[in-house]
Amino acid sequence: MSELTLLLIRLAFLAALWFFVIAAVGVIRTDLFGPRTAPAPARKPAKAVKPPSRAKKGDPRQLIVTGGPLQGTIINLTETPITIGRANDATLVLSDDYASSRHARLFPQDGQWIVEDLGSTNGTYLERSKVTRPTPVPLGVPIRIGKTVIELRK
Amino acid sequence: MSAVDGAPVPMTAKRRGAQLAMLAFAVLIVMGAYASVGLGLDGEIPSGMLTYGLGLGALMLAAYLVLARFAPWGDPLLLPLVTLVNGIGIVMIYRIEHSGKLGAGANATNQLMWTALGVVMFSATLIVLKDQRALQRMTYTAGFVGVILMAIPAVLPGSLSEVQGAKIWIRVGGFSIQPGEFAKLALVVFFAGYLVAKRDVLALAGRRLLFIDLPRARDLGPVLITWAFSIATLVLEKDLGTSLLLFGTFIAMLYIATQRTSWVLIGILLFVGGAVLAGMAFSHVEARFNVWLHAEDPTLYDAGGGSYQLMQGLFAIGSGGILGTGLGQGHPQNIPLSFSDFIFPATGEELGLTGLMAILMVYALIVERGLRTALAARDPFSKLLAGGLSFILAWQVFIIIGGVTRLIPLTGLVTPFMSAGGSALLANWILIAVLVRMSDGARRPPPQAIQDEGLTQVMQR
Repeated sequence: MSELTLLLIRLAFLAALWFFVIAAVGVIRTDLFGPRTAPAPARKPAKAVKPPSRAKKGDPRQLIVTGGPLQGTIINLTETPITIGRANDATLVLSDDYASSRHARLFPQDGQWIVEDLGSTNGTYLERSKVTRPTPVPLGVPIRIGKTVIELRK
Repeated sequence: MSAVDGAPVPMTAKRRGAQLAMLAFAVLIVMGAYASVGLGLDGEIPSGMLTYGLGLGALMLAAYLVLARFAPWGDPLLLPLVTLVNGIGIVMIYRIEHSGKLGAGANATNQLMWTALGVVMFSATLIVLKDQRALQRMTYTAGFVGVILMAIPAVLPGSLSEVQGAKIWIRVGGFSIQPGEFAKLALVVFFAGYLVAKRDVLALAGRRLLFIDLPRARDLGPVLITWAFSIATLVLEKDLGTSLLLFGTFIAMLYIATQRTSWVLIGILLFVGGAVLAGMAFSHVEARFNVWLHAEDPTLYDAGGGSYQLMQGLFAIGSGGILGTGLGQGHPQNIPLSFSDFIFPATGEELGLTGLMAILMVYALIVERGLRTALAARDPFSKLLAGGLSFILAWQVFIIIGGVTRLIPLTGLVTPFMSAGGSALLANWILIAVLVRMSDGARRPPPQAIQDEGLTQVMQR
């Protein structure tokens, strides 16, 4: 076995190892941003954990917890309603003495998301005002439930 | 699924195809490494490559099928990443086994067998553990089991529990296990369950002094107990690594649960103070510190139990340079225990800085996937458990690699998934299974609503 062959094998192996790492980062990338821009997965190896802010206009895609013990949690919005409360089967389970077990519900209707209080003890607040009937939620407006603050983002 | 207005919404997909492709890629790399070792050693491809590669492939395919069946939304990357480090570990052990005199303790066939057992444990955990929240009910049981497992080697007579100065084994006949590896998992479960119940008082009570919030004196109890426990590990079992591992993990989980910097400061102060005191009081701890601080000292280099091993490891990494000597062409036989504690320098010699960085990246990605799971988890217990398990993995990699590269005092911990050693391999495969189970719960889309149209629900009698 000549020196040159061994050198080539060595370099090829290291390249394969790094290609594996880059492929793994690519999978993470597609997970975060969706497959639309997938053809260049190697260009952005630093996987920024920021929400996709690229959509030009339109509808909220994520629900982000911006305050309280669960801060940082992100739930992707689909067409299914989201329940919030202390109950174990809620979509967002709060461990907060100020929240009721079935506290509030978010659901999509005619292209916008509606927040509805489910008869909670301490109330749900959209910005400063108490939610008394199903109310549409604009983007980026904080909803407060006990100690938890959530927001819709694109 | 589509959004309300019909525009596609990025949903966390199952990514089964990507997982299978990455898994195949990982197995191919490991086979390539095996062939490369053969070419470097004897100039020919080892005859066992196909059976060996196919064996590893079949094993991982089985793990994949179990994962796809029992945790379909589980993280797509954890299994391939772990497969790669585990496979490279086996190849390195094979390579060290065939390197002459000091390779005697290495046994790649054994390691492959333990990997198979690890995959069995991985599958069993996924099948049995349907919901990680079941672990929350066992908080105190887990704590009790953890403490018992840690304590067994300490109370056993030295002949049954001591190997090379560390009293961390249970040896029965020709069979030996390290109960501490499993205790780790049980204790992380305990910490998570305990902190979920008690974190409010730990986070809120206290007063502000200068720029940090100090907790109340009586809330120091849990920290002090864990601290005493880890110091006891250090003294009774002569095991600095596990002691540091457990205490660090507790402090990190306390920080995750309460977001209070003061806990981290208190923890660091306590541990450094304890370690310095132990260094003054016990000769074996003091010897470790000496070796770390004065490794180049010729008298220490030649002394028994001195810095010979550490320096040989550093020489190996140094002679590897940027691109390494190539697999099968280094001199791992010069490093004592190169198949267990010092597998990282041995790998570093043959793969160079480039290869080491790739392996560290793979570890970092495993930890990233774990922390990502913690972020996405929807209940506090899962968040803390996922955070704690990822942290303990990262912390362990840091402690051992920091040790062999002389950043911190060397402590005998295994490099997760790479070092020879059955207990650690089994425990770490279980850890990965729990992480996969939690990522399955976190990535699964919320359950479909009962009613699909309108606000009012029509009740039919």
